[in-house]
Amino acid sequence: MDLIADIIIVLLVTVGIIFTIVTVIGILRLPDVYTRAHAASKSATLGVMSLLLGVFLHFWWNEGHFSVALLLGIVFLFITSPIGGHLMTRAAYMSGVQPTELTVGDDLKEAVKEQRKESDKNTPDDE
Amino acid sequence: MNLFYSVCLVLVILSMLGLLYRVWKGPSVPDRLVALDAIGVMLISAIALLSILFDTPFFIDAILLIAIMSFIGTVSFSKFIERGEIIERGPNR
Repeated sequence: MDLIADIIIVLLVTVGIIFTIVTVIGILRLPDVYTRAHAASKSATLGVMSLLLGVFLHFWWNEGHFSVALLLGIVFLFITSPIGGHLMTRAAYMSGVQPTELTVGDDLKEAVKEQRKESDKNTPDDE
Repeated sequence: MNLFYSVCLVLVILSMLGLLYRVWKGPSVPDRLVALDAIGVMLISAIALLSILFDTPFFIDAILLIAIMSFIGTVSFSKFIERGEIIERGPNR
């Protein structure tokens, strides 16, 4: 039984480490900030969640310590990390960072332009 | 078993060094922000591996704390990049 527990824990930790390394390769090699945020926010989240699940099972099965804080940490990371990625890419777009030249279409550009036009029209009425 | 966790810890630290290269080199500010956010996430996994290596569950509270701090830092800094201020003034000053 101990052997099976150790195998499961080692598998989970190994998957976490592999996703961590994939994150670093993606951040170092991808061409612009949007693709880098794509690599960072997804694979880093999955990697750290898998690793924390392995650590949680280690403390539960081998040490007999059921840690609720670790479960809360997993849930919190799963909720907040994609939101952080969304906010970072949105801030990058609004501050004018150009996407890479391989980009085919940019639908957000027209939407932002229209919204700016409307807000310019509405501002003198408010004052 | 301890050797496996030590190797994992070394790999995590090497990944943090790779991300530090992106923080140092990144052409724009949001690049550095993305890399710093990922460094926060990897700090969490380093602390989890350290708590296995030191054989104590008392480091686990630090994991939740670092997750919350890293999220607040990311949100406030991206809001600063987008709007130029973090806490905006109300309509009636």
